[in-house]
Amino acid sequence: MAPISNWVTFANPMDNPLYQFGAVYNLPYDVGYKIWQLLGGLIAWLLDVLVPGNGVSLWLVGNAVSNALALVLMIIVVFAVCFIVNLTMIWIERKVLGRLMDRRATRIGPLGYLQCLGDGLKTFLKEHIVPDKADTKGYMWAVSIIIGSSVLVAGMIPLSYRFFLADYGSGLLIIFGLFSIAPFMILVAGWSQNNKYALLGGMRAAAQMISYEVPMLVVFASVALMAGSFNINEIVGYQNDNVWFIVPQIIGFVVFMIAATAEAERIPFDLPEAEAELVEGWQTEYGGMKWGLIMLSDYFRGYVACALGAIMFLGGWTLPFVDDSFLPEIVFLLKVILLFFIMVWTRGTLCRIRTDQILNIGWKILLPLAVLNLFVVVVLKVGGLV
Amino acid sequence: MSKMWVTMGPQHPFSHGLWTLKVQVDGEVIQDAEPVIGYLHRGWEKECENRTYPQIIPMADRLCYSASMTWSHLYCKVAEEAMEIEVPERAQYIRVIADEICRIQSHLMWLAAMGTDLGNLTIFLWALREREWFLDLNVKLCGQRLTTNFPRIGGVRNDMPYLFERDLMRVVDLFEKRLWDIIALTDDNAIFMSRMQGVGHVTRKEAANLGLTGPSMRGCGVNFDVRRDDPYMVYDELDWEVAVCDDGDSYGRYKVRIEEMFQSCEIIRQAVAKMPDGPTRVKAPRNVPEGTHVARLEDPRGESLMYLVSDGTDRPYRLKVRSPIFVNVSASKRLVQGGRMADVPAIMGTIDMCLGETDR
Repeated sequence: MAPISNWVTFANPMDNPLYQFGAVYNLPYDVGYKIWQLLGGLIAWLLDVLVPGNGVSLWLVGNAVSNALALVLMIIVVFAVCFIVNLTMIWIERKVLGRLMDRRATRIGPLGYLQCLGDGLKTFLKEHIVPDKADTKGYMWAVSIIIGSSVLVAGMIPLSYRFFLADYGSGLLIIFGLFSIAPFMILVAGWSQNNKYALLGGMRAAAQMISYEVPMLVVFASVALMAGSFNINEIVGYQNDNVWFIVPQIIGFVVFMIAATAEAERIPFDLPEAEAELVEGWQTEYGGMKWGLIMLSDYFRGYVACALGAIMFLGGWTLPFVDDSFLPEIVFLLKVILLFFIMVWTRGTLCRIRTDQILNIGWKILLPLAVLNLFVVVVLKVGGLV
Repeated sequence: MSKMWVTMGPQHPFSHGLWTLKVQVDGEVIQDAEPVIGYLHRGWEKECENRTYPQIIPMADRLCYSASMTWSHLYCKVAEEAMEIEVPERAQYIRVIADEICRIQSHLMWLAAMGTDLGNLTIFLWALREREWFLDLNVKLCGQRLTTNFPRIGGVRNDMPYLFERDLMRVVDLFEKRLWDIIALTDDNAIFMSRMQGVGHVTRKEAANLGLTGPSMRGCGVNFDVRRDDPYMVYDELDWEVAVCDDGDSYGRYKVRIEEMFQSCEIIRQAVAKMPDGPTRVKAPRNVPEGTHVARLEDPRGESLMYLVSDGTDRPYRLKVRSPIFVNVSASKRLVQGGRMADVPAIMGTIDMCLGETDR
């Protein structure tokens, strides 16, 4: 009987011939790999104790199974980190709003941190209700796609050069594409509920979408043009080598933050769910855990918006004048939270705007500013200044 | 999209109370509107016919939870006119102070509701925070926060308690400073201004035809206030100004209410300074001589009026209430037509709905 130490080796995942990420070290993959080595090693040892000399034990801790399960565990690790970051952001929002409004904020758990879990449990215990005359397929699929795409796009955000799910050459484009799925589905959700408020909310989502997606895309284009790549790693590396994009593209940063607030449907741009006149807008007929997950996915999208702002304009996980930045994931998350704080502050200060006003803002202010920003980038690029 | 009717209410976040606004929308633009009231009808006027005159005072509190002081004051006023008794001067001053406390806290309640209507919870919580002081003053003066049951036929229930004037001055001084904090959230806020300016516009002439009173009327340039033009109690002895704004839109009505809060602080300050000594209550007769009597006063929401028919017994034969909101809400069709769906809370919020007095 082989001792357990023979099975639990904590080998370097990069020595595995099936390693997926080439020469780049991947932290969540490593964590998943180590977890599986511990877990699989224990199982292999147990099997070996029960049935000495079987072939399964060796197969379980072999390269192929380790790699496959490490990938699965890596996804779980990335999601868990995303989830905890989101809970923290909800907690921060509630605490900051509590301060701004001079009222009590969250109270369950240490510093009120567990309030979101309490809310989640409460919505989880609610009954699953589908309205009688709703189009069930559209009703369920729309909300599934909204939640799914929001979680997916949050998982696609790399926290550092070593903490990522996939390192695409077209990373920014894919994130933008996934980010834009949900507003379409809001239209479907609003239509399928067979409710007038929800329908108006869905129509507002469509009107809002066409007004902010275009300037947002132009800002994406100017960032990619300046960095010379859509790859997030290269964009961040370029900013670290030269200058954070917030300096040459301050206009683009402002345009992006406004458009991202609209994309995340936060006040002042939460007209699709304007609770004053439309009850709860497109979410009116969603109840129980469906509604809870919609609220959670709103925060996932808020996180994505802030993370994109940090990646594209604030140098991602790098710090100036610091060579190899200490704990790049923490640096990145702090920048995200800084941007999120601005969003919360805005929410505490401003009122909701009107449908025609967001069309005016989108087409008459944001789009010209975004094009001006693109023009600045082109001039700088042609002039060889950056 | 073809036109469709959307029913907003009676269970709807924008309707502060149980009423319905049916709007016909073409896309987002409102083509037609129809207010539906009556969900809160309690038979108030009929119930009064079965009660003696003093028993009606606490009922008058229930006409509107945030203007209870002015409503019970109005009832006492009409009863005093019917009984032909004169209120002692100190009681008159105390009533003026209590009315102005009521006016400020009612306007703050309106401001808070306006904040949620426009999607800003900070305005809501800040306004309610300042309102607590005035409710605390109410507690000190009459022992109740909302349904005060304070005026009596022939005076007020009790004199001002020990150190009440000091607390009043402190609250008024601090409130005037704090109100500027809220104004910084509203007037300095471009989005708030863009939501309020130019929506729900109504001209002087239309206001007269629709019968608008109160801040809604003064918001479109009509310089009329019952407190000044048909003075009751000691309002004519105090130096203050009627808040008027010529805009005629939601923002004009907002400005009038904010200015009224400052003027109310001024009235309180002067009333405390001029407060004479003396009794606070005279004895009122049990029965009222036969006849009809009308009294009106400036409610926080407009001009409220009571019409009393007495038949010589100790109970009124008929007590008719003219509620300002009952009339103002009938203007809702004119106000919201041509606006957008999102303007409905911004417009109807400035009417300051109160269903207790509307449906009675």
